[in-house]
Amino acid sequence: MSEKYHIKPVPTQGRFRHVGKYGSVDWREDCARCSNCVKPRCVFDTYRKEAAYNRDPQTSIVPLSECRACLSCVQGCTKGILAISINPEYLAMGDEYWKPDIMATTWNQADAGRVPVSGAGYRGRFHGFGFDSIWTDMSEIVRPTRDGIHGREYISTSVDIGPKPMRLSFSNDGKLLGEPSSLIDLPLPLILDVPAWQVGGQGLARVRLTTAAKLKTLAVARAADVTGAPAAEMPFLIPLVGGEGLGSIEKLLPQVRMVEFEDGAEVSALASQAKATNPKLVIAVRLPMQGAAAERILQLSQAGVKVFHLCADLHGCEVGVDKPRHIKDAMREIHGRLVKAGVRDTITLIVGGGIALPEHMAKAILCGADLVAVDTALLVALGCRVCRGVQDADHQEHCPAEAPKLESAYAVQRMVNLMAAWHSQLLEVLGAMGIREVRRLRGEVGRAIFKEDVEREAFGDLLSR
Amino acid sequence: MTFSLASSPVQPAAVPAQSVSADAEPDIVVSRQVRPAPDRYRNALGKYKINRSADCVACGECARLCPQGVHVKPDGYTFTLRPLDHLCIGPDCAKTDHFCVAKCKQKALSLMRNPSVDAMGDPRWTADLILSTWHMAATGHVPSAGLEYRHGESGGGFDRMDFNFPAAPTKVDPAKVDTTLALNRRNDGRPQVNIDLPVYGGGMSFGSVSIHTIVAKARAATAWNTFTCTGEGGYPDRLKPYDEHVITQVATGLFGVREDTIQRVRIVEFKYAQGAKPGLGGHLLGDKNTPAVARMREAIAGNALFSPFPFHSVYSVEDHKKHLDWIKEVNSRALVSVKVSTPTDVDMVAVGSYYAGAHIIHLDGSYGGTGAAPDIAKKNIAMPIEYAIAKVHKFLVAEGIRDSVTLIVSGGLRTADDVMKSVALGADGVVIGTADMVALGCVRCALCESGRGCPRGIASTDPELMMLMSLEWATQRLINMLNAWRERMVEVMVRLGVPSVKDLRGRSDLLTYARAEDAL
Ligand code: SF4
Ligand code: SF4
Ligand code: SF4
Ligand code: SF4
Ligand SMILES: [Zn+2]
Repeated sequence: MSEKYHIKPVPTQGRFRHVGKYGSVDWREDCARCSNCVKPRCVFDTYRKEAAYNRDPQTSIVPLSECRACLSCVQGCTKGILAISINPEYLAMGDEYWKPDIMATTWNQADAGRVPVSGAGYRGRFHGFGFDSIWTDMSEIVRPTRDGIHGREYISTSVDIGPKPMRLSFSNDGKLLGEPSSLIDLPLPLILDVPAWQVGGQGLARVRLTTAAKLKTLAVARAADVTGAPAAEMPFLIPLVGGEGLGSIEKLLPQVRMVEFEDGAEVSALASQAKATNPKLVIAVRLPMQGAAAERILQLSQAGVKVFHLCADLHGCEVGVDKPRHIKDAMREIHGRLVKAGVRDTITLIVGGGIALPEHMAKAILCGADLVAVDTALLVALGCRVCRGVQDADHQEHCPAEAPKLESAYAVQRMVNLMAAWHSQLLEVLGAMGIREVRRLRGEVGRAIFKEDVEREAFGDLLSR
Repeated sequence: MTFSLASSPVQPAAVPAQSVSADAEPDIVVSRQVRPAPDRYRNALGKYKINRSADCVACGECARLCPQGVHVKPDGYTFTLRPLDHLCIGPDCAKTDHFCVAKCKQKALSLMRNPSVDAMGDPRWTADLILSTWHMAATGHVPSAGLEYRHGESGGGFDRMDFNFPAAPTKVDPAKVDTTLALNRRNDGRPQVNIDLPVYGGGMSFGSVSIHTIVAKARAATAWNTFTCTGEGGYPDRLKPYDEHVITQVATGLFGVREDTIQRVRIVEFKYAQGAKPGLGGHLLGDKNTPAVARMREAIAGNALFSPFPFHSVYSVEDHKKHLDWIKEVNSRALVSVKVSTPTDVDMVAVGSYYAGAHIIHLDGSYGGTGAAPDIAKKNIAMPIEYAIAKVHKFLVAEGIRDSVTLIVSGGLRTADDVMKSVALGADGVVIGTADMVALGCVRCALCESGRGCPRGIASTDPELMMLMSLEWATQRLINMLNAWRERMVEVMVRLGVPSVKDLRGRSDLLTYARAEDAL
């Protein structure tokens, strides 16, 4: 067994303003200026801390980022003139998938790498789109205790990327036949990927690569975006190659462990060329996520490619099909077809796009992926609100994540913190299920509760009326 | 009578409705009579705001008109008092002939939605549900208008379920509707335990909530002849007078569990798992482990306390049976309840618990809970209780053991309607937790876990914060809410034409479910 994997978070406050959910609506004209004003008595000292942001006397709602809406001040005010309401700036963040609550929890996790804990039960919708219609199983008895807290038993989160020969063959004189397998062992089931939209500047790719090196995982980047990165980080890079050919990565080939080619007619040829330079290289092909990708995967797998990176859109939906389904459906279809073809265990499937929360990682794997690619969430850790740089022309200047001019150490630590929190939460999920290694989670749909199925089973008789 | 907390550094504005010394032990005979228990804060919260401008000439017309009592102009007063706008029923009033805004000749009144309501609640516990629970706790009856008190807006489960009320009035006499529940169906010679409502209180341990909350729950349980549960923090001395209405919980941490605390009660609950953090064991944050809490749990103050999961001695139904036999041996009159969470094979777990000797199988669904839990667990792990009830009930029927065991469910039951839906799906009764907290003034801000704990003094052992709420007031709020729930249950059963809770159990034919599709 490998050494126990541990990510060390370091508290790193964001340099951006955490947009809070609440704000106060204040009818100042009736204020009695009483000596026992409720404002200084907030348990979170919200009003005092936020004074810096209360500059504009015209705004109707004064944002109170630290306010948690306990409503004590509202109910206590001498004149009854205080009100707390929702901060419109909060609601304006993100979109229907990247909801404001996802930004808020991601920022908090990136602050210090802690698992979000709260009281008062679950507060969200009963079920929702995509991953929100899956529950993971738990086991009532006989299972390892929680890793990291009780620490009695080790739960492994490592996965392998690469060609997996199902059996070794030897020649009559005992020599291994075929190429030696060159698996890449990752301590956690995720790689870091390029964001779904164009983000200006070189900084981000370099930050991503350094983060990957610290986490001992891999980062996808175009070679041009990581020029000047230290040689020590090269083993953690997955250069991404489009139709332009190997020219851009020629020099990198001996240093890296894996290359990713965008799918195209010439990928097999490019793959053999690359292998010729570095025989241990793991070759991956990047494909748009769609159920039909199973065919292409089978085809390429016969040609020797064994690693596939399926890219869903920003919302975890299929790309380039009429009625896009979510990863949870498309992934199950692909996994199922590869199982049927008897090749599933020889292939590594990476799925990305729309992996916004740690439970998405667990659920994508339950649906059949070996590991996931995290992209947008890494930017959110830096303060990104998924505006995708389109909302205002001078985004470059106003980007709260400072994406165009990223400085390394700060941004790296926030990404590391976020992944530390995700790792701990994956352990929570695996621990609850009584599964000791994430490899065994793959495609284990029997340990998941799908809304459609359980609804039919439990309420079938009610539904038929 | 009120007292001022002006000297305290926190929250002086929240004043207990009645002052009661923390140590004076009140009478243990508690009446279930409804008495007014208004909001304990200076400004009660309502869905609407009525503003009165300086144009008011204090003619008093609005005070004469409003049947809700929003406007008050006491005799001999020159001014009309600040409107009690939390009583206002809102724009619906415009359809009546007493709409103050229209009737005020000075045009001094305006009506608006209270902006603070938008900051309250969530899809499961909407602002309407919180406010109507407060109304029930204050008055003992469901709100007459303006608030949706029957369900939330979560888009699934109970919130998409409805009763199939027959069109014609039924012959059931409301005065004769039977809401009692017998908890022992095993015929094993142990005493019967009857409760007057199909509802009892869930475990909230000393340490996670204030002693006022704990004792108020026990007193309300006594008043309604039902139960409360210790949770896993031990058995505070102040619960002793209510032994007959207390369930001792034996959980994996075994904090504060003694032979004596098992022997003095009529029901012992064996907690395997809890819905809010299924498979994850218990966790009391260090901040909440005050010296008093630590003493009770026989632990060291300030350290986070973990209850491991699961019982490390239980690997099979046989091991499980050994535990139950041990409890039965220690207390020969007790009924044993087994509390489990809702895995995919929850039906098998239930049957296993029955064969291990449980009188009560208590399923705790994933969406409930009051204590601190990882957000990822609350949302994602194990199934919501609605599904589990139906699955387990059907399975127990098929196994031919349904009438030999009592099925109690919990985990996100918020209203009397939720109780009736659970019973119709197949539960015998329910356990509630959050609804009690809301009755005491909880706004579901979810801060119970942090620092000094609940800013509203309900889930806090902080000596100052817990004094925000008096025991008498808290007791009355819970009694009132249960009265309102019982009235609503009776109304539902009358309209369904079902004379008793026993007869309603498993009548899923009386329910409909409107499936919701999830689009992006
Ligand atoms: S308590 Fe209310 S009236 Fe008094 S000073 Fe504060 S805001 Fe003004
Ligand atoms: S609502 Fe509560 S947390 Fe927010 S400012 Fe008022 S007292 Fe502070
Ligand atoms: S009716 Fe109008 S003028 Fe008369 S007391 Fe009411 S608000 Fe004032
Ligand atoms: S902290 Fe908030 S959610 Fe928790 S009990 Fe208090 S009011 Fe309710
Ligand atoms: Zn999309």
